[in-house]
Amino acid sequence: MVETNPTGKAAQETSPAKVEPGTELQFVRFSRLNRALHAMMIVSFLSLALTGMTLKFSYTGWAYMLSRLLGGYEMAGFVHRVGAVFMMGIFIVHLGDLVRRKRREYGTWRALLLGPDSMLPSKRDISDFVGNMKWFIGRGPRPAYGRWTYWEKFDYFAVFWGIFVIGSTGLTLWFPEFFTRFIPGWFLNVATIIHSDEALLAVGFIFTVHFFNTHLRPEKFPMDIVVFTGRMSVEDLKEDKPAEYEQLVRSGKLEQNLAEPYQPIVVRSIRAFAWAALGMGFSIVIWIIYAMVFAYK
Amino acid sequence: MEGNHTADQRQSPQRKRKAGAPGWLPRADGIALLCLAGMLLFAARARADEDNPCIVCHGEKSLTAKRGNRTVSLYVDAKKFSGSVHGSLSCTGCHADLEGKELPHEVPLARVECGRCHETEEQDVAVSLHGKAAARGDRLAPRCSSCHGAHDIIPVANPKSSVAPLKVPFVCGSCHKEGAPVARQREIHASNILENYSESMHGEGLLKKGLVVTATCASCHTAHKILPHTDGRSSIARKNIASTCTRCHAEIEAVHRKVIKGQLWEKEANVLPACVDCHQPHKARKVFYDQGMADNDCLGCHTRSDIRSSTDGRSLSVNAEELKTSRHAKTACSQCHSQVNASRRRPCETITQKVDCASCHADQGQQYLKSVHGQLFAKKDSNAPTCDECHGTHGVRGRKDSQSPSFPTNIPNLCARCHREGMKAAVRYAGTQREIIEHYSESIHGKGLLKSGLTVTATCTDCHTAHRELPMADPGSSVNPANVPATCGRCHLGIEDQFKRSIHVTQIGKTDKPLPVCNDCHTAHTIKRADTEGFKLQIMSQCGRCHEKIAETYFDTYHGKVSQLGYTKTAKCYDCHGAHDILPVTDARSHLSRENVVQTCQKCHEGATRRFAGYLTHATHHDPEKYPFLFWTFWGMTGLLVGTFVLGGVHTALWLPRALKTRRDQARLRDKKEPSSNDNGRDESNGESGAGDEPGKS
Repeated sequence: MVETNPTGKAAQETSPAKVEPGTELQFVRFSRLNRALHAMMIVSFLSLALTGMTLKFSYTGWAYMLSRLLGGYEMAGFVHRVGAVFMMGIFIVHLGDLVRRKRREYGTWRALLLGPDSMLPSKRDISDFVGNMKWFIGRGPRPAYGRWTYWEKFDYFAVFWGIFVIGSTGLTLWFPEFFTRFIPGWFLNVATIIHSDEALLAVGFIFTVHFFNTHLRPEKFPMDIVVFTGRMSVEDLKEDKPAEYEQLVRSGKLEQNLAEPYQPIVVRSIRAFAWAALGMGFSIVIWIIYAMVFAYK
Repeated sequence: MEGNHTADQRQSPQRKRKAGAPGWLPRADGIALLCLAGMLLFAARARADEDNPCIVCHGEKSLTAKRGNRTVSLYVDAKKFSGSVHGSLSCTGCHADLEGKELPHEVPLARVECGRCHETEEQDVAVSLHGKAAARGDRLAPRCSSCHGAHDIIPVANPKSSVAPLKVPFVCGSCHKEGAPVARQREIHASNILENYSESMHGEGLLKKGLVVTATCASCHTAHKILPHTDGRSSIARKNIASTCTRCHAEIEAVHRKVIKGQLWEKEANVLPACVDCHQPHKARKVFYDQGMADNDCLGCHTRSDIRSSTDGRSLSVNAEELKTSRHAKTACSQCHSQVNASRRRPCETITQKVDCASCHADQGQQYLKSVHGQLFAKKDSNAPTCDECHGTHGVRGRKDSQSPSFPTNIPNLCARCHREGMKAAVRYAGTQREIIEHYSESIHGKGLLKSGLTVTATCTDCHTAHRELPMADPGSSVNPANVPATCGRCHLGIEDQFKRSIHVTQIGKTDKPLPVCNDCHTAHTIKRADTEGFKLQIMSQCGRCHEKIAETYFDTYHGKVSQLGYTKTAKCYDCHGAHDILPVTDARSHLSRENVVQTCQKCHEGATRRFAGYLTHATHHDPEKYPFLFWTFWGMTGLLVGTFVLGGVHTALWLPRALKTRRDQARLRDKKEPSSNDNGRDESNGESGAGDEPGKS
């Protein structure tokens, strides 16, 4: 349940010793595995959202068109199930990664869960939240966030919740003949509502609030690609997560976590991918709004 | 055969006499009679008819006599005798030789001479074949009694008479039927007489239709003066045939103008064909003679292309070739143009009316008059189609002729002449069916007929009838909702049976609401194959037209949503409810009854169990009464969504202006520090503006 600095690893990736003159070293925030998992998450999430919403808003012309674009409802169903299995896989790999890192870096669950880099909500998050509210209304300074802000933690656990709720109901709907050996038939109707509305929540939240928090807020506009490159400038780190920066400086670990930036071509490719994902996300949001507000039946 | 039987009985005494009776026989008879008389004297006297002493003996059924080696009855039924034409005569009136004799009398008696009273008949018989044979002593020759009977003769007018018209063929047939002694042993020129007669027009009329005025044997051959056709006096002699036939067929010359030219037929019979040359004797039927001689007379003028009506100038030309190959090729002109008068130089000049097809096609004529076409015709509407409009005139062909406009594949085009959009019938029509012909051609029926050439496919006339077309609103119409199932059921037999047992039938549905019939779901003219995508999708909205609520809730489920996307593989109304055999779930026979529902689910969901069938296929989360689980789940989820979005929204809404302001402040500060180096400026700006950073450090 913890995201930690991929200490050492970053150093291996791009040996900070051989820094070319003129290039500013960047702080490595995400490990290669986590970056890969997030990219895969985007792909599976988008495919699940697209295929699922097509069914949910089947009464719109968009759904009709999209369904054909996706190769028919059976192909859409197949894509949806593949996406679901994929996402489950991502989730399991992440849990496995946690276990591995507990063994390698922390030794005990206690160190991992209650350390300063833990994803678990803590008292500090409450004070951060209150501080942030004050800052919003101009009654105080911006809280000095540590490695994880409270909204980042919220997003992280939202995935746990979503995987559990949507995953379990989805599985029931996938194998209704099997599950109705144990549960009554009408539960399939309940599962349908939960699955579909929870998915709407997930999709809606990710494509609006999450997008704003990470990409659209003025400091990051139009997008923040740290989750793809894993790197951010030390400046940004200092500005965004002052507490973490202080701690890194204090412990002298900052130097270990610096790496050369990617080649411009890599960054451009990443941006293209990110733009595509963002675009799709926004399109889905617009479609949902249209379907729910203007075409609702 | 009754006739045969009686004839045999009556011939026997004569035969006996002819053979010559031995001397002792009369005596034996006498002794027997005497004994009998003695035995019965008192008893008989007590009840004997005083007026008719003959009955004393002949009233006894046991009174017999030996004739040759046969015993014959001498019994006379007094009752029958008194009811016969001769009932008022005394016995001696006929048995004249007994006049004044002592009783009991000597036997045998002399033959009764019918000619004493029936002089003419006797003379006729005397010259006839029968009389001559009798005179020759032919044992097969008939006597009066052979045909008329003896003591029980009743008037010819009485149907029970042995010579009543209905019985004549049997009376004659007793000797002349195939295989009878006369037919076998005597020289008769015609064969199979009775068989042919019974199949002839005359025989059919008499024997099958009971027309007692029809010609029987005696009508042509006469009753008594039966002579061979070679005899000039015979009624069937060549020169006499015409007058014999015209006794019934009065003025038959009128339709045989060419053959007979007025009365020439009768006057110069030798140069002209006699009736029997065309209408074979005993076989007289229409089919045995050629027609058309008079027709050629008509065609002499009417094949000319420039022949026109003197009144309105329309062409009166007839295409002879067309006529020859038409259905009416064997029908004479005058049979349709019935007002012709043969005695005129131009027989057609008396024609004043149009051809009335109904004079032969009576049923069709009746139907037509009731149809909307006929009604318009009755109103003298210029748009009203008449028989010839569809069937043509001289070139009329049967509906099995592929050249005929009424041949199945030609019918849509035939009706289209008026019913195609823009044509005269379509212009008048105010109903909902548009582009009927085009739609029909694209429908399953139209494709079957026009593309696959299936002549058994439904055409316009199969549903609307050929001659009794009526608007749908008319209760008598074949396409009136009440009659539609029966109309469709003429071809779709099993379906109609299923439908009749379904909830959509008034008797079972028990509702005042209008119930659907075939065309409400299948449409009238755009009927599609039921296994095509288009139909499967269309049918859902069809059900929804009446079952509005329930159809809506269907679209809330997976089945409905996929269907709404235009895919047909998920369950549609009819997959669960059935198509034509829909019944309420409370009915055990319903596909959704407790007994059948699991099986119905298993059609698609192989592993379905009873619990699986508990899935709510029409569930809605808007009904807290009926589906509280769904209602509260939905509102719970909605609450969660709204809560989360409000939280996120407010957070964002507060953040955005603050972030913008911070950014603006930073930019201003950076502008001020412009001259200084980049790194320094950044550091300072961080130190000054980032007030937020300070508490973080502390």
